[in-house]
Amino acid sequence: MDKPKIELKLPIIANMELVAINTAEVVAKHMDLSDEKAAEISMALIEACINAFEHSQAQNNVFIHFILEDDSLVIKVIDQGIGFDKSKVQIPKIENKLGTDERKRGWGLQLIQELMDTVEFESTKEGTTVTMTKKKES
Amino acid sequence: MNQFNVNIQVENDLVILITEGYLNHEGGEMISGICYEHISNGKTRFLLDMAQTKVVNSIGVSILIEIIEKLQEVDGKLGYYNLAPIVDKTFKIMGLTKYSSVYATKEEALADF
Repeated sequence: MDKPKIELKLPIIANMELVAINTAEVVAKHMDLSDEKAAEISMALIEACINAFEHSQAQNNVFIHFILEDDSLVIKVIDQGIGFDKSKVQIPKIENKLGTDERKRGWGLQLIQELMDTVEFESTKEGTTVTMTKKKES
Repeated sequence: MNQFNVNIQVENDLVILITEGYLNHEGGEMISGICYEHISNGKTRFLLDMAQTKVVNSIGVSILIEIIEKLQEVDGKLGYYNLAPIVDKTFKIMGLTKYSSVYATKEEALADF
């Protein structure tokens, strides 16, 4: 039997990431995840949505799939933007940003990786899929 | 959809900003605008009460880094209290806690400011 799956289709409109985290909160509660894990999922999801909205230059919708596994929650954030090369994304350090001309932004991937148990990126010129997993127990 | 508000309390040389709502780009710009105006009037110590800001994003928080940078130029200080655990964790991951201070309560913050 297929795992339960919830699919969202978000237009690229300001603050639509809040719609995504409302769904994430309901799913986390259904899965009996702790408040801490639920908050980490929401924060990572916000960042993944913002990346999809802002950095992909996608003109269409962003799709979010919540897949309820027995022992984990898998979230896929899918955009149809221009893609990116993760190897060229530098790990941000606040020391390098203070007192320099370096832009203060660019923390999204770092936060996603710190807050989720596993993160995978599949990116081509036709779009990007970020697959994030949070285990029920860890 | 998102309404971000800031209430301001000025106590002697200290400026307390009580935030409410989602700290995104617009929220960060609102905070920085208030801080920069007070910095230009000679204020150098700022506290954020974030009890009513349960959700943030990295763009909004990165604007706090800009404020820290500005305060370094005037030997100023930035602190926060009443943070939700995930906001506290986000600040730690982004390194804000190395250059600004997190307090559990207003009383704790005032004792150090």
